[in-house]
Amino acid sequence: MNLNIKYFGMLTEVTQCQEETFLFSQSTVADLLEALFSKYPLLEERDFQVAQMQTLVSKDTIISEVEIALLPPFAGG
Amino acid sequence: MSRYSRHIILSEIGQKGQDKITQAKVLVVGAGGLGCPILQYLAAAGIGTLGIVDFDIIEESNLQRQILFGMSTLGKNKALAAKERLEDLNPTITITAYPERLTAKNAISLFNEYDIIVDGTDNFTTRYLINDASLITNKPLVYGAIYKFEGQVSVFNYQDGPSYRCIFPTPPKAGSVANCSEVGVLGVLPGIIGSMQANEVLKLIFGLGNVLSGKLLCYNALTAETITLTVNKSELEINKVLDHKDTFQDRQSAFNCDISFNEISVEKVIQKENVQFIDVRETHELPKVDIINPVQIPLSVLEQHLDKIDSEKEKIIFCQSGIRSKKAVALLQKNQINNCYSLREGAQAIIEHYNQN
Repeated sequence: MNLNIKYFGMLTEVTQCQEETFLFSQSTVADLLEALFSKYPLLEERDFQVAQMQTLVSKDTIISEVEIALLPPFAGG
Repeated sequence: MSRYSRHIILSEIGQKGQDKITQAKVLVVGAGGLGCPILQYLAAAGIGTLGIVDFDIIEESNLQRQILFGMSTLGKNKALAAKERLEDLNPTITITAYPERLTAKNAISLFNEYDIIVDGTDNFTTRYLINDASLITNKPLVYGAIYKFEGQVSVFNYQDGPSYRCIFPTPPKAGSVANCSEVGVLGVLPGIIGSMQANEVLKLIFGLGNVLSGKLLCYNALTAETITLTVNKSELEINKVLDHKDTFQDRQSAFNCDISFNEISVEKVIQKENVQFIDVRETHELPKVDIINPVQIPLSVLEQHLDKIDSEKEKIIFCQSGIRSKKAVALLQKNQINNCYSLREGAQAIIEHYNQN
């Protein structure tokens, strides 16, 4: 399945893009993260949460939709 | 009253809505980039009791976005200067300035005096402190945060809704996420995000529209795109906080003292006496900084050599660029060693500075 992954904040500094199409055939969010970490090793050092179809989900959630977003916390004010 | 006529003539608000604003008590933590527009609109709207917490002083680099301040207020405390400006904007409301740091010790009693809490701070330590204190005192929390060109807005702890910990259960690793002073921020961005927060406060007070509870709004100033994510409540994370409410005030200093508070610039270091310099770089790293006679303890083995740290002196910790030294400060704080500062600029800056002077 071709996922459409959006990156927010400082994650775009690691991926060098705000959005990309990513081919993914396994099952869970954790599997997706493993695949992304091998593409972007520095991503593993970052703190972020994952959203599927605009809902924040846990790592054991099965990926069933194409819209994925990676969201880091922001400190600034 | 003609001051509020544009609110009152809105049929959705009316005199009844305006009366609710007059009765409302709102506490804004942080009078910086976010706090300034939040405070400006809330004071203008006539919030009856407005509290402002900020320990920081106004610097020239703040004026690019902190719109309540000007040249005449440089060097003044932000909470006090904001109060003065807002009293001119609206003398009919009560404004209380708290020119101090929000801590686990003062948060609960302070929050208890207000109906709504607004987070306009710039560091994770205070953000988690505010979230947890809001949970414990059962107050809705209007959250906003920014990074470079992007912002987040949400309302937490509202009518049994999710909290900040339901999105991000634990604070990020020390020093892993930069703040505005480190990476820069588009000046108008806190104006946009802070205004959205002020809007959520007014919606809470009026009971109008859909409050951003259970949602996290993400805004990108460069693409003008907004995406609103759904946040589910995590009873587990909320209960972790509530289960420890009796010991909340005794939270460890490592959690209370954000490491960004404990950064120091090379100019300020030069003025200090009775300090211990600690070089946390690996022993092979150059340049050597013998001129200040540092103790060498690489970060990788720091925890095994805590005995080399002088408890009587202020500790200035440095590395190559200020990242490892931040981690070292966090680690020392975790081990109950206080009075530690991370040198922002790194080893090369010390040499340059000493050569100049």
